[in-house]
Amino acid sequence: MSVVPAPIPNGTDNINTMIRINCPFCGERDHSEFSYGGDASVKYPPLDAPADQWLEAVFQRENIDGVQFETWQHLQGCRMWIVVERDTTTHEIHSVRPAHEGIAQALASDKGGEV
Amino acid sequence: MKRYSAWSVFLNGLTGQKNWDRAWRDPEPKTEYDVIIVGAGLHGLATAYYLARNHGITNVAVVEKGWLGSGNAGRNTTIVRSNYMLPGNRPFYEHSLKLWENLSHDLNYNVMFSQRAHVTLLHSPAARDAAARRYNTMRLTGSDGELWDLPTLKRKIPHLNYGPDARFPIIGASAQLRAGSARHDAVAWGYARAADQRGIDILQNCEVTGVLRDGGKVTGVETVRGVIRAKKVGFAVAGHTSRLWRMAGLGKLPIETHKLQAFVSEPLKPLLDQVVVFGVGGAHFYISQSDKGGMVFGGDLDWYKSYAQRGNLPIVQDVAECATSILPCLSRVRLLRHWSGVMDMTMDGSAFICKTPLDNLYLNAGWNYGGFKASPASGWYFADLVANDRPDPVVALHNLTRFERGINLDERGAGPDPKRHG
Repeated sequence: MSVVPAPIPNGTDNINTMIRINCPFCGERDHSEFSYGGDASVKYPPLDAPADQWLEAVFQRENIDGVQFETWQHLQGCRMWIVVERDTTTHEIHSVRPAHEGIAQALASDKGGEV
Repeated sequence: MKRYSAWSVFLNGLTGQKNWDRAWRDPEPKTEYDVIIVGAGLHGLATAYYLARNHGITNVAVVEKGWLGSGNAGRNTTIVRSNYMLPGNRPFYEHSLKLWENLSHDLNYNVMFSQRAHVTLLHSPAARDAAARRYNTMRLTGSDGELWDLPTLKRKIPHLNYGPDARFPIIGASAQLRAGSARHDAVAWGYARAADQRGIDILQNCEVTGVLRDGGKVTGVETVRGVIRAKKVGFAVAGHTSRLWRMAGLGKLPIETHKLQAFVSEPLKPLLDQVVVFGVGGAHFYISQSDKGGMVFGGDLDWYKSYAQRGNLPIVQDVAECATSILPCLSRVRLLRHWSGVMDMTMDGSAFICKTPLDNLYLNAGWNYGGFKASPASGWYFADLVANDRPDPVVALHNLTRFERGINLDERGAGPDPKRHG
């Protein structure tokens, strides 16, 4: 019979040293299956927008220390882009949803409820 | 404060080591200084030292949230090199290497700088061509660099994995012989002691909680030890720059905070004389042996933004795999410690030593992977900027406006994605 050692507390509720991400399509997987995108609050302007809007979108970041929405891609799974609500100081994940609204709705109707 | 010398070591040996002075004072904050530097890491302490040494400005406070050198000063792999290629970076890092070469004498503190050579392994003809371009650029701009063919490399480092079945077979190396490593704590302590001797106040346990502004000027900082006013303020806080930037009401920066892990093994007998990098063509790994015998090594970032000084396990595995793939003799060596620091990764992988939208606020940030080697020149040029209110031509490109002007200093050619600039 194997004995599982008690997890080492790290000052947060989330005792995993590895981030587990609950993919809306595949279920919970190790984060190493996913690729980090970046700040999900960035909205790219139209192609003909003035340069300062593009400067803002491409280069300038809020770099939040705390809860932020960020994009990840399930690169080694279903390859879906997702939006993860994560605390950047503790790695605690609060929510995960598909980045694409249409897919979010399709998954929701497929399950007959919320995603 | 007495100078350290062979004589002082001898005398204190005779008296049981009981009569050493403390290395720096623990002063109470004054209400006002000429200059406040936020962050008593290598960059902040070096800045304070060069403000006094080069510019005669000694009414300076360095405020620090923890103890001095408690951040990335102790969370790096202590590699010193100047094999940068781009104009802007080239003279800056070369100046830093020259400062390293005389740093122990300058500070009267042995920083244990060891010019043991920095050797980058090459695995493909394309990588060799790129290295030839880079190292020839270095030679043409007053530095040193060599290309080693395979027999030379085998003679210098015989115990790498040269097998044809290696994941990335080794075909040669590029080397900078003046590069090497130093003792990280000694650098922080040396700068702190030398700055303190010149009258600079190092205020530890003095976290900045707010930045005081009067319109377009900074008037001081709020700290947990009270309000401290200043004529000029400089930020040198690495991964936490964005937080201070927000405290100053300045919005966004081209910076993302990522964490980088590093590792040290149990001490071994002398095994590796050089800093060895296994990187060009797939993997990313660097290793050297400390003076205590521990193998000090690291690899990639953790690949996602984080302010936690805590690493993830896939990188531990990746780094261990890299270690055993180039030095199979390490396979049963045990890890002693591993740590993680928060890096201010920028959109082009290069740093900022520049003025800011506020008149008397100055920024030193964005050191990515390269903060340790940069610290002497960073302090040198940041002190010059703060003292003279204009950047030296060497750091003229290290500003916040280079992105809007399309003059990125992208040494790696990776584009505007901070995590790619490791």
